[in-house]
Amino acid sequence: MCLAIPAQVVELLPDGMATVSAGGITRSVSVALVDDVALGDYVLLHVGYALHKISAEEAEATLKMMAEAGLIEEELGAGQ
Amino acid sequence: MKYVSEFRDPALAQSLATAIAREVDPARSYAFMEFCGGHTHAIFRYGVQDLVPSNVRFVHGPGCPVCVLPMRRLDDALELAERHGVILATYGDMMRVPGSGRRSMLTARGAGADIRMVYSPLDALALARDNPGRQVVFMGIGFETTTPATGMAILTARAQSLTNFSVFCNHVLTPPAMEHVLAAPGIALDGFLGPSHVSTVIGAGAYRPLVAQYGRPMVIAGFEPLDVLQSVLMLVRQVNEGRREVENQYSRVVTEAGNTRAKEVIEEVFALRETFEWRGLGSVPRSARAIRPELADFDAEARFAISEKQSREVKSCECPAILRGVKQPKDCKLFGKACTPETPMGACMVSSEGSCAAYYTYRRAETMAEMEAAE
Amino acid sequence: MSTILRPGAAIEMAHGGGGMATTRLIREIFARHFANPILDQGHDAARLTLPHGRMVMSTDAHVISPLEFPGGDIGSLAVHGTINDVAMGGAVPVALSAAFIIEEGLPLETLDRIAASMGAAARKAGVPIVTGDTKVVERGAADGLFITTTGIGIIPEGIEIAPERIAPDMAILLSGTLGDHGVAILSQRQGLAFGTTIESDSAALHRMVGDMLAAVPSIACLRDPTRGGLSATLNELAEAAGVSMVLKEAAIPVRPEVAGACELLGLDPIHIANEGKLICICPEEQAEAVLDIMRAHPEGREAARIGTVGASMPPGTPGLLRMETLIGGMRVVDWLAGEQLPRIC
Repeated sequence: MCLAIPAQVVELLPDGMATVSAGGITRSVSVALVDDVALGDYVLLHVGYALHKISAEEAEATLKMMAEAGLIEEELGAGQ
Repeated sequence: MKYVSEFRDPALAQSLATAIAREVDPARSYAFMEFCGGHTHAIFRYGVQDLVPSNVRFVHGPGCPVCVLPMRRLDDALELAERHGVILATYGDMMRVPGSGRRSMLTARGAGADIRMVYSPLDALALARDNPGRQVVFMGIGFETTTPATGMAILTARAQSLTNFSVFCNHVLTPPAMEHVLAAPGIALDGFLGPSHVSTVIGAGAYRPLVAQYGRPMVIAGFEPLDVLQSVLMLVRQVNEGRREVENQYSRVVTEAGNTRAKEVIEEVFALRETFEWRGLGSVPRSARAIRPELADFDAEARFAISEKQSREVKSCECPAILRGVKQPKDCKLFGKACTPETPMGACMVSSEGSCAAYYTYRRAETMAEMEAAE
Repeated sequence: MSTILRPGAAIEMAHGGGGMATTRLIREIFARHFANPILDQGHDAARLTLPHGRMVMSTDAHVISPLEFPGGDIGSLAVHGTINDVAMGGAVPVALSAAFIIEEGLPLETLDRIAASMGAAARKAGVPIVTGDTKVVERGAADGLFITTTGIGIIPEGIEIAPERIAPDMAILLSGTLGDHGVAILSQRQGLAFGTTIESDSAALHRMVGDMLAAVPSIACLRDPTRGGLSATLNELAEAAGVSMVLKEAAIPVRPEVAGACELLGLDPIHIANEGKLICICPEEQAEAVLDIMRAHPEGREAARIGTVGASMPPGTPGLLRMETLIGGMRVVDWLAGEQLPRIC
């Protein structure tokens, strides 16, 4: 029951709303649950509400770890 | 799509599969429960099982709100639509779920009830605004991911003085259900894939007491197939090294504390129910939310008189044991015969996230063959 | 000049009564937009001289909400849908009939626009609407407008399109992106609406099919994946032919916006309806030639090979459709139980 997708904020609207784009489709959603949403931010969207911002740095780090997993053995610390 | 396509990359999948194959101990087996139906769906949808060694087994958990909603609550919702003449707004997931006597929201709609599918509680609010002469009831269902959205809708309705909007609240909590599984005698689980999106709200910290008390590894995992593979790798390492920790694979969205504001909204709008009936698990204490008395105007249960019902679950259905990870779909004699996605008898066949539905859709031939062999 | 198309005018029961109002409706809307020599004869039944050969006949009822949607309307859809069904039989479409069930209260302007679009689609396809019928039902008895179209066509010599001709190792080709039509319709639905530039792919495919069959007469089977999408169509064919099939998910073309809508609503593009796409199953060695022909047509520009026919199944077992997923796992692609519902799970 927790289908949520990454979407980019393309327009900030009044009353805690924003237009977001996911793969080019747009929808007006509420960003009232997330602090300091800025234009261009990626948020996790669930049933019309942004739940959390997505961290570009963390996503990069995760992908890097995935790429290295098959090559070398290294300790993965908790919650990096 | 950014943050989606990258996490479905075949080369990275191979990299992770190589690492898992290298690190599993061939002398033992690994049973990991994915609590969430979202993970179940991803595992089957992408054939993740094919990329991990055969001694790594996925056990499907009860994390599918549609599956665990007792029939009685669905019957109540149908009564709201049929007897009280409200506009019932609901997520698409609920439409096919069978209540008593094989009735569902789809059949009720066919019989004239006004049931509307919505994507968001915001759409339900819009229905109330557009139909001032009608009562609109939103079917609130889901775990902590979905609860804040319902809470926000109630706060918005109050702010806009909408007198024709209320919520039939069935929201449930993840940690109590997890504890219910963990506390059951004789569970043979080596670790958990922790919820992705529930954790964006409640935070990684929410699971630490459970992991400390029951001593099973937990990795909070994203829903993309590569997230699942990487989390399996992390769980394998925890098991091999004898660690029992909460680790966060889904760090791009999940933090230790989660979403403070969303948690505040939940607290402002909802109280804890002393106990709540879960399909398959029975009564689980302090595992569900109710709308606070001071917001009773927006509580469909307070607003409409709902009759006492004696809804009876199907007897020979093995859903309770399957939802706890104790049995598999092939252990149920209804599977694929009396019980199919078109004629679901039990919870696990109802939702696309239920484990029986996943086995039926993606592995029916193998499952039926195993059942025949066992007879 | 028109006498019934006054601003604000709507369909009344009298328009279906058989009197002057009916005659005017037919003359001023349908006959005007569909004009062609056979229809203009004004008989109840069209008289046609057909070329020699085996005839194909197909009929299709069209109900859609909204009546007008991004990329088309119920009128052009009714023309394209039936032309495509005739073409998938390997035939060259010759003529269409059209029957209209109209709900009292439908604005005449809407009906006029839809009839104009329908006439334009038939002219562009070169397949005339030669006969038709109109009925009016009371308000509430229909959803604005229902259209049933029937088409006939002639199969050229040496062409044999049939599921039973599908054999192991044949190539499975798809003429373009999946899900455009279904997503365009979904984007308009109350409660689920979203903004998109996606338009329905509604189009007539008979000219592309004609070129494909002229160059490669050994094509075994053609089918347009409409309701139920690619999954329903291929499951049907696999079962009819008694074969297994393996698709490659990475090879299936899907527009980013369609992928986005599917992520948003928890849908799978392989189950979504298309109205301007075809599946072609042909011998492996002809696959590239057929793809080249498809890609030369605007309707087939994004054609791709999406899979291969596997082994014959033992008699009595249904066909089996499987897919190699993006990450290299395998999964079964099943029929859907009922319609695909948007989900948040």
